[in-house]
Amino acid sequence: MTARPRAATADPPWLAGLLIGAALAVAGVVLVLPLAAVFTESLRRGWEVAWEAIIEPDAVSAMQLTLLVAAIAVPVNTLGGIAAAWAIARCDFPGRRLLVTLIELPFSVSPVISGLVYVLLFGAQGYFGPWLAAHDIQILFALPGLVLATIFVTFPFVARTLIPLMQEQGQAEEEAALTLGANTWQILWHVTLPKIRWALLAGILLCNARAMGEFGAVAVVSGHIRGQTNTMPLHVEILYNEYMFVGAFAVASLLALLGLITLGAKTALEILSRSRMGSHA
Amino acid sequence: MSGTALFRLRRQALPGRGLALGVTLVWLGGFILIPLAALALRPWEKGLGGIWAVLTEPRVLAGFRLSFGASALAALIAAPLGLLLAWVITRYEFPGRRALDALIDLPFALPTAVAGLAMTAIFANNGWLGEPLAAWFGWTVAFRPAGVVVALVFVALPFIARTVEPVLRDLPRETEEAAATLGATRVQTIARVVLPALAPALLTGFGLGFARAVGEYGSVIFIAGNMPMVSEILPLLIVVKLEQFDYAGAAAIGLAMLLLAFVILLGLNLLQLLLRRGQP
Repeated sequence: MTARPRAATADPPWLAGLLIGAALAVAGVVLVLPLAAVFTESLRRGWEVAWEAIIEPDAVSAMQLTLLVAAIAVPVNTLGGIAAAWAIARCDFPGRRLLVTLIELPFSVSPVISGLVYVLLFGAQGYFGPWLAAHDIQILFALPGLVLATIFVTFPFVARTLIPLMQEQGQAEEEAALTLGANTWQILWHVTLPKIRWALLAGILLCNARAMGEFGAVAVVSGHIRGQTNTMPLHVEILYNEYMFVGAFAVASLLALLGLITLGAKTALEILSRSRMGSHA
Repeated sequence: MSGTALFRLRRQALPGRGLALGVTLVWLGGFILIPLAALALRPWEKGLGGIWAVLTEPRVLAGFRLSFGASALAALIAAPLGLLLAWVITRYEFPGRRALDALIDLPFALPTAVAGLAMTAIFANNGWLGEPLAAWFGWTVAFRPAGVVVALVFVALPFIARTVEPVLRDLPRETEEAAATLGATRVQTIARVVLPALAPALLTGFGLGFARAVGEYGSVIFIAGNMPMVSEILPLLIVVKLEQFDYAGAAAIGLAMLLLAFVILLGLNLLQLLLRRGQP
């Protein structure tokens, strides 16, 4: 057997092997180890103890609240994201680039600041605080505050997955539909949405994962009232601070599973649509 | 691509502009711009002197040093690691490449509180890495500033890998072939031809990772130990101010933190421009 000459741009096997080994070691220590630690710690005293921490009433109400918050925040940002992508990629108006920058702004803001801004508006000493108190409307330390903070941190996910894709795809099909007499909703429903469905789904998945897992922003607006304003990540923190480590890690491993499922689904969507989808949070 | 140049000139206006733009502006204004305006306005009720007094409190100054210092160090550590990961998934074919590729996004997908808890467990004195580090080197990582850096490396890593990766993928192979033809060894080619071409992307990734690390909260507060003057990050100090009902003080720290981060990113962009200009 004769060895095929190696291409000039191929790395020598020893170098490739060394780098692959090093990369796997880095990924093992930095990425896999934390994941393994969460699951191991939650099962430290067996399945039953972990399971009990998950079905305990406060944990269940935290899960329900997390689902409810995501069920409101994700559709809001999905509809907003589709509208923004349509406006930016399909219409002409001055200031489109500025609009894109503003939409991505929440990603460069600390989660704590994302919560803080709503305290400044609706807190007891916030701009609208006294008015809200006089009318007996509760925003902070209640569901509306959690939803608002979650909308803020997950704001750009759908829009930033759709905008570059729709700009790249162009609008020839939409123009054809228009010529054939379709109205706006028909174009959107029958032409545009089928063209962007995989990217849209990926954007919604990432948005949802962040919405369910958000910690900093909701920590600021929640008030940590057990059974009422505690989302799953906040419940994890409370258990941990009370030295209920197995419980904390058990609930944390549910959240870790959510993250893993999201990653898997996103990879599957990328394979399906044969394109890469941005994920920069 | 939307057809020929002739067609692009006569790009037809699609309907729905008013509605789409209206929805977008209400969504953006209501949820993002009005709340951010509150952040920009609130500190000034203290006056410039009052803002300065808050920002120069020793505890806040220590927070600035820790948040910005640890973030810079973490992004610096994450840069070569991210480059390595990007290199391996774009250049080599090996079993598990796809899984490694997906795994790089883990810090984006894993809730921050979970990451924080996991790091704390690993680096605690009886943890998987904490115990050997303490026994062999006498190092303690958890509940120290070092813990903050470790958590932030996890946070910054995917930003660097994902920024370098597309550039690495699109790098023309001809330049590498030319270098090889001219007698450069493979290692020389990588060091003198490939790495300089990646420098701007590395810098962008560094900036993105750094900016995210400065604002990070959930991954850090479990492992930091949160000792005043020693291991309190800025976002935690905002929470502390809020708990004392010092809204203006909290807003002052938040605004200063955002502005400082933007100035640093602007500086990095300028540096990148210089780097690009220095290249053929």
